[in-house]
Amino acid sequence: MTGMQDRIAAKLRAALAPEQVNVIDDSHLHAGHAGARPGGESHFTVEIVSSRFTGLNRVARHRLVNEALAEELAGPVHALVIRAKAPDE
Amino acid sequence: MSAQDTIKTTIDTNDVVLFMKGTPVFPQCGFSSVVARVLDHLQVDFESVNVLEDDGIRQEIKEFSNWPTIPQLYIKGEFVGGCDIVKEMFETGELQAYLKDKGLIAAA
Repeated sequence: MTGMQDRIAAKLRAALAPEQVNVIDDSHLHAGHAGARPGGESHFTVEIVSSRFTGLNRVARHRLVNEALAEELAGPVHALVIRAKAPDE
Repeated sequence: MSAQDTIKTTIDTNDVVLFMKGTPVFPQCGFSSVVARVLDHLQVDFESVNVLEDDGIRQEIKEFSNWPTIPQLYIKGEFVGGCDIVKEMFETGELQAYLKDKGLIAAA
């Protein structure tokens, strides 16, 4: 786990009380292209299962995740792949 | 015209608009490229806006859609989503159904 991975996971836990959250650092796949930072920690995938998503469409789910991570997305995090599911899906 | 007005006019006057980095032929970002390729594959006519050419639009589109990342797809004035959502909707067939429903691709 890198610092940013931990931080993203902690923010999602605090905001969405997920039953499951997995943060994957994809930065190495993007090394050298625009938006990639020398130290990495710029591209992430978030897999999250939360009952907060029940009854919400995809856009609304992604907005909840994006809002929880607004600070990171405005700064060092260049790209975020989101897989958001409700517990029964 | 302000960036907000330009965005509004573009999505009001085009059935399908993709805000992306680069162009469909020369995408500058893998996520933008995926969405452009899905639309091409479905043979949808779409207008693309290269946000790298206009920093005002690049910033304002995030506010306008309440969505922090690029690409962003609009269909008939409605925000559909970014790369993950478009990809998922394509894989489940929802995107095709949606486009057919709006008369933007021929019914199979």
